[in-house]
Amino acid sequence: MSKAAELAALIGSGQAQGDKNLIINGAATVHQRGNQTASNGSAVYFVDRWNMYHNSGALAANLQQSTVVPSGQGFNNSILVDCTTVDSSVGAAEVALLRQIIEGQNLQRLAYGSSGAKSLTISFWVRSTKTGIYVVDIYHADATSRTQSHQYTISQADTWEYKTLTFSGDTSIATDNDNAATFYVQWVLMSGTDHTSGSLATTWQNQTDVNRFVGQVNFFDSTSNNFYLTGVQMEVGDVATAFEHEDIATTLRKCQRYYAIRENTHASSSQYYSMLQAYNTTSIFGYIADYPATMRATPTASQSGSFGAYKKDSGNASMPTTIGNLVGTSYGWRSDGWASGSNLVAGDASVMFANSGAKLMADAEL
Amino acid sequence: MEIKNAKYMKSLTDQEKIGISATIGGTDVTVPLDPANRHYEEILRQVAAGELTIADAD
Repeated sequence: MSKAAELAALIGSGQAQGDKNLIINGAATVHQRGNQTASNGSAVYFVDRWNMYHNSGALAANLQQSTVVPSGQGFNNSILVDCTTVDSSVGAAEVALLRQIIEGQNLQRLAYGSSGAKSLTISFWVRSTKTGIYVVDIYHADATSRTQSHQYTISQADTWEYKTLTFSGDTSIATDNDNAATFYVQWVLMSGTDHTSGSLATTWQNQTDVNRFVGQVNFFDSTSNNFYLTGVQMEVGDVATAFEHEDIATTLRKCQRYYAIRENTHASSSQYYSMLQAYNTTSIFGYIADYPATMRATPTASQSGSFGAYKKDSGNASMPTTIGNLVGTSYGWRSDGWASGSNLVAGDASVMFANSGAKLMADAEL
Repeated sequence: MEIKNAKYMKSLTDQEKIGISATIGGTDVTVPLDPANRHYEEILRQVAAGELTIADAD
């Protein structure tokens, strides 16, 4: 096939379009939360959009953004799972999954539930101390839970390898066109027999757990083990194409739909945020700041560092340094009553400030 | 998901419920009363399972 014909075929398949990657932050460049540690029974987010879930009472792991990357591919970062405590006796129900969850409205291009359902191909660079068979599983979480899984093999320890896996389309069950969790794209790191004792589901089938992680090695069998992942791309079609590198602003904007931070990054000075209003002599309330992007859902709000506010005469209102009644709305942070200040006058304006390093967070992850 | 100290919050200005304050994974947060929020969904699940109680607002 000539180059022109190859290009025409790619355009026709939709693979040559921009924004072809259904995975967000596949190069691990955005890392707003900082490094974390895994937690039994919780999905712990670390590198933006990526979380690790496990239900082992034994294992422990550091979850980090790494600068270890495959050479010559244009990557500067990778996702790192660093085993710090082993699980040498894996219980039947135990699993450990590195994953990204995708909302349904971003999957409509797959045309699932129709005769035109499209296949998809996942490509990635992976490096692990533990060699052997690993599994990537897609769990479709809409009304009828469906799964499809494929194996790949890590042949050499601590060596970057490029893998591609193609998942067939599902003509039976559509993906909901909404903002809820629809696809769990999961890199399995450990599994007990509840998920390994059947036959691997290499085509879509209703959820049958024993068919999902068949053959998976136990990555968590040594504290020397490190698992790295980068260059993750999931695209329509049967062929993996070159990774679509993005400018940082594009990737950050995509990530901010799910998690956002407003931080005073000035080294030593406070920063004005917004104008609140005194409700009585000790309390202020009002709108604080917009999120940097429209978020997927009303987010969970949190804060760190110290904040304050001024009185009408620019004197410090001596507010507690933690914002009272901080809530996330559909468009930004607000306080619905920050109490225990002093010498305020109801109805007066009050300028709010953030000290150096203080930040507001909003979490609308799936 | 470890959720502790769950308590309804109410607005100073109109006394309406505005969310649930809680400690999740060691961090103090405010969870909105939005079924699409994963933390609220988990709180509802734990309450239904009898694993969590949400205290009334002050």
